[in-house]
Amino acid sequence: MPDKFPESSEFHTLRIIPPAGLHYSTDLLRKMCDIWEKHGSGLIALHGQSGDIMLQGCSSENVQKAFDELNEIGFDLGGAGPALRTSMNCVGHARCEQSCYDEVRTHRTVINGFLDEMHRPALPYKFKFKFSGCPNDCVNAIHRADFAVIGTWRDDIQVDQQEVQNYVAKVGRKYMIDVVITHCPTRALSLNDDDTLEIDNKSCVRCMHCINVMTKALSPGKDRGAMVLIGGKRSLKVGDFLGSVIVPFMKLETDEDFEKLKDFCETVIDFFAENALEHERIGETIDRIGLANFLEGIGVEVDPNMVNHPRTSSYARMDDWDQEVEKWRARKAEAASASEAAE
Amino acid sequence: MSEATQPRRPIESGVMDPFPYMHPLLKKNYGQWKWHDRLRPGVLHHVAHGGDEVWTVRAGTQRQMDLHTIRKLCDIADQHAEGHMRFTTRSNAEFMVSTEAQVGPLVEKLQDEGFPVGGTGASVSMISHTQGWLHCDIPGTDASGVVKSLMDELHKEFIQEKMPNRVRITTSCCQINCGGQGDIAINVQYTKPPKINHDLVGNVCERPAVIARCPVAAIRPAMVNGKPSLEVDEKKCVCCGACYPPCPPMQINGPESTKLAVWVGGKHSNARSKPTFHKLVVAGLPNNPPRWPEVTEVVTTILYAYKKNARHWERMGEWIERIGWPRFFELTELPFTKHHIDDWRGARKTLNTSTHVYF
Repeated sequence: MPDKFPESSEFHTLRIIPPAGLHYSTDLLRKMCDIWEKHGSGLIALHGQSGDIMLQGCSSENVQKAFDELNEIGFDLGGAGPALRTSMNCVGHARCEQSCYDEVRTHRTVINGFLDEMHRPALPYKFKFKFSGCPNDCVNAIHRADFAVIGTWRDDIQVDQQEVQNYVAKVGRKYMIDVVITHCPTRALSLNDDDTLEIDNKSCVRCMHCINVMTKALSPGKDRGAMVLIGGKRSLKVGDFLGSVIVPFMKLETDEDFEKLKDFCETVIDFFAENALEHERIGETIDRIGLANFLEGIGVEVDPNMVNHPRTSSYARMDDWDQEVEKWRARKAEAASASEAAE
Repeated sequence: MSEATQPRRPIESGVMDPFPYMHPLLKKNYGQWKWHDRLRPGVLHHVAHGGDEVWTVRAGTQRQMDLHTIRKLCDIADQHAEGHMRFTTRSNAEFMVSTEAQVGPLVEKLQDEGFPVGGTGASVSMISHTQGWLHCDIPGTDASGVVKSLMDELHKEFIQEKMPNRVRITTSCCQINCGGQGDIAINVQYTKPPKINHDLVGNVCERPAVIARCPVAAIRPAMVNGKPSLEVDEKKCVCCGACYPPCPPMQINGPESTKLAVWVGGKHSNARSKPTFHKLVVAGLPNNPPRWPEVTEVVTTILYAYKKNARHWERMGEWIERIGWPRFFELTELPFTKHHIDDWRGARKTLNTSTHVYF
């Protein structure tokens, strides 16, 4: 083959990590182009589906030279093979009012904390993180990431009733009802006679729809943070998985919060490294061993937010039922006394 | 070893800090945005709590770019957008400006240079796609070629916001589906078991790894013509192509047998309904470069049935969920076959176990 197609006998790709959130100055882009002109084919994909800058078409001899020069101006090598992969975060805090946590800091804290797993591949298979600032999930974390961090909030949606009235005046009551009120998946919205909005926040699942439609009148609550969903992947080999809820909510504000997230990521990566079969994604591991065993392995307590509904099959051994009930009660009591102390 | 011959030590800097490259207004108002609206398709306007405003112009790129194109984008950013730009996950370029007066000239310049302005709101945004023939070692079809053919047709829906809601299209050049889930996904569907070159398997492939890769355990070790090789139980084989990447002598591609399939109703967002996977609508389309006209025809048929019939803010999958699959196949005049019925793990969950039917 190399004799027939000498031009493509060596045509390697360099996966390079872009600045978090894909922000560039023209100066940085031009420097990158100059290096690639000198050492590579000139073809660049901005960006690959995992989030890399893909520099396509390099001879074996030039790979190191290209990397060294890119590395000197601040770029580092991305992930390939059975390793931690390059990640992505949405535009988030940089230009979006719906963002619920600092995506750049979270992305950099997590990925830069585990570069060894990226640059020296030793995991059973690939492991992808993705960071979306709200449930609109603009970087497709729930499908595309083994470990999805998606922003959400715990308190009430913020409402500017004057702006709600302005909106209804502009679009009309019928449109407001057809497009906002009845599209609420949990019937948590009601339009008052004076065209203000009533929200049953306890029933709200934070889907974002009403906030997406009425960007000026509504915004996520103030008690913001993120949730973690684990196990998303495409078909190979047992079928498609969406990530499922593992941590329903965590704050991401203080240094301590970030340290906690990093520790949790380490626990999950270690569990994956030790327990996954070769070429098995973590979603498949969870599917194979059951979520309850996975939770025990990573030290996370069960939560009804993790399931669509409780089991329907009676084929399970439950002789430690009473002990499990005791654990639940103890956790509830602990949470109650903690919130009392906080008050 | 002398210092001169020491290899350079890489700086393991990881993910780059974006703040030195970010537009100054985005940096200043990081985490402080209040609301946004859209002035026209392709133009976003964000307002911060402190009163700062920023305008963003979004333009389509071909993702797969050459130096000339990237430098041209840089020239536009230098002349019209304060020297900064960013990219979206769907490979659209975004230019930020600090006054509304800059928007018009920027839009005009982008359009003059051939970059369509749009991709916001209820438009058909840029197709997210894979590497294809350009640079994947296992593609069944091209990626950028299919995208170019489709976007030539759908360009008008990129530059306006006239769909019921946003439309996310993806293409994938093999069944691994790197393009991901979409409102409409165009993916390779192999139709024949791999053709094995037994002379090469023993030397090229790590046989146990290949056997382990098969999702239906159809591959087993075999001696063929005195050489260690592999054989495939063709009745079991689901033609997924998973054995081909670790074992290229198991050729899954064929000029006639590699087909394209169109899937609909995938959605990442949690808005209204929960995220969903796309579902099969049409398979057996010919892999017909350079323009794949049969694919474009099916995609536009589905897209315009959606445009005509869906309610405002309904995504493709939500629209079908409301009207039901019988009506979907009726409106699109596409056939429903036994191949639409899932038989993989969890297939029973996809059956209609109720008396709810549509007539």
